[in-house]
Amino acid sequence: MFRWRLGANASSAASISTRGRAKWWQSSAPTAPGKTTFLRALSGELAYTGCIALNGRDLSEMKPVEIAVQRAVLPQATTLSFPFTVREVVKLGLVGGRSGVLPGEDARLPERALARVDLDGFAGRFYQELSGGEQQRVQLARVLCQVWAPVLDGKPRYLFLDEPVSSLDIKHQLIIMNIARDFARRGGGVIAILHDLNLTAMYADRIFVMHRGGLAANGSPKDVLSDDLIEKVFDCRLRVGALPAGNMPFVLPQSSA
Amino acid sequence: MVDQSIAGPVKVMDASEGDRSGRARAVILLLCLGLAVAVLLSLTLGASDASAVNVLRDRLFGAVPSDTALSARDSLIVYDIRLPRVILGMLVGAALAVCGAVMQGLFRNPLADPGLIGVSAGSSLGAVAIIVLGGTILAPMTALLGTFGLPLAAFSGGLVATLVLCQVATRQGRTSVATMLLAGIALGALAMALTGILIFMADDRQLRDLTFWSLGSLGGATWAKIGSVGPIIILALAAMPFLARGLNALALGEATAGHLGIPVQRLKYTAIVGVSAAVGASVAVSGGIGFVGIVVPHLLRLLIGPDNRYLLPASALLGASLLLLADAVARTIVAPAELPIGIVTAISGAPFFLWILLRKRGVVDL
Repeated sequence: MFRWRLGANASSAASISTRGRAKWWQSSAPTAPGKTTFLRALSGELAYTGCIALNGRDLSEMKPVEIAVQRAVLPQATTLSFPFTVREVVKLGLVGGRSGVLPGEDARLPERALARVDLDGFAGRFYQELSGGEQQRVQLARVLCQVWAPVLDGKPRYLFLDEPVSSLDIKHQLIIMNIARDFARRGGGVIAILHDLNLTAMYADRIFVMHRGGLAANGSPKDVLSDDLIEKVFDCRLRVGALPAGNMPFVLPQSSA
Repeated sequence: MVDQSIAGPVKVMDASEGDRSGRARAVILLLCLGLAVAVLLSLTLGASDASAVNVLRDRLFGAVPSDTALSARDSLIVYDIRLPRVILGMLVGAALAVCGAVMQGLFRNPLADPGLIGVSAGSSLGAVAIIVLGGTILAPMTALLGTFGLPLAAFSGGLVATLVLCQVATRQGRTSVATMLLAGIALGALAMALTGILIFMADDRQLRDLTFWSLGSLGGATWAKIGSVGPIIILALAAMPFLARGLNALALGEATAGHLGIPVQRLKYTAIVGVSAAVGASVAVSGGIGFVGIVVPHLLRLLIGPDNRYLLPASALLGASLLLLADAVARTIVAPAELPIGIVTAISGAPFFLWILLRKRGVVDL
């Protein structure tokens, strides 16, 4: 069980508590401070008021290494100051936490993680030479190494993803979202910040919509995504589920086989 | 400076792509050999023709070849003049190189170096203060601390400089390179001005003691000096390998290192105290020797990559070897006189630093 209550300066004392395992939440909002601030507080990086608990333990009472065993965080973008190879970057995921695989298998984990994010054969490349999207996937592979097993010692573990698909093409967007959904289905939890409403509707069990630093709505995609909410939050008149006129092509991730 | 491991690139078949640990181990092994060669060379070279080989053979095997007359003079030169100098050179070289690597990891920047960003200047100020004021205002301190007074004063100066630098250059976990270098320049200038005031107050005897601070030299090496700074440097260096994994994670940024379970604040302050202690002790005993801390880690990163688990020990070995070679050059090039070693390291190191800047243009956002 994972509960959090948050009253950071940036948000107007949003107070939410959630129960249940194997959930995968997403928050969605127009670009504004709030979501990333929220995620940074949730990952113990930012001072906050209120209470954040990870598997029943107060975050503020846990050591960094204990928190690292319970959750992994994917930042929006990561720049490196030294010429590390891709393998060395992914291996950093094993620095503090426990991957959860058998002791001898840790050594092969970077390759397996890279294969999952569709970066087979990239292990020997230099991180700094990769494109933004490739770098983002390398970082995801690193994060996956940190919490490879979604459940450890009978407790779920969590992935916090800050705009994980922001610089990816549609193929890799789907690959990454499927990895996240798979992680949740196998007993872990995923909290992701996304801007893409279609991906959100397709993958999220639960959506938290943040607006002006506070919580505007939360619930299942079906309950949350309405014409009214979108107009209120995004200040655009859009209609949910409306098809475009006859000859206008459109591609939705939902159509993927 | 010919070090075998640099002259010939090491070819190791990597077991798996992107894994440079095998190559790193091979390089470290070669660096050990290189250091052994440098030590032998330093013991043999010098103004006198005392043969280290004969002295060693005598001490180790007790067998003196009948055709060599091993005099007490040779033994004295090797044991009481050259050996302390070699040991001090190794300690200082290793300390400067490792501290460079650690500071670069800490500031996430390949240009951080204790000499460039004011840490050494802070240490010099502390050391000069003890030399000049040790008989008057700071007399209680020198009485209390004895021979440790000088390295401790240098340590304090370096520590203050590093803490101020961290405070100024790091904001919300990001270190601005421009701010770091500029703040380093300002701190260095301030420390040098204060040092200048002290030098102005110094008497003739103190002035002679002070001359070598500005240039750096291993000339005054004695067993007593090794006794006072050796333990500090060895202790600080022994602590550094425990920081290696944390420093690796820090390359991803402070926040991400924290997410990986690294206690970032503790890591930073341990590193700062360790660096200040080792740099302080080095400065106290040999003055300001520049560029070792920037050249050595940079060369090694090209060779074995930035993994601090290998970079730190390799830096210690290469730093020690290079400083011994620089000292050998300093002792022999104008023999029987002696060039300050700081001149040798600056003449070879400064162009190298400029070359890094040229290569990194665009990467280092100044």
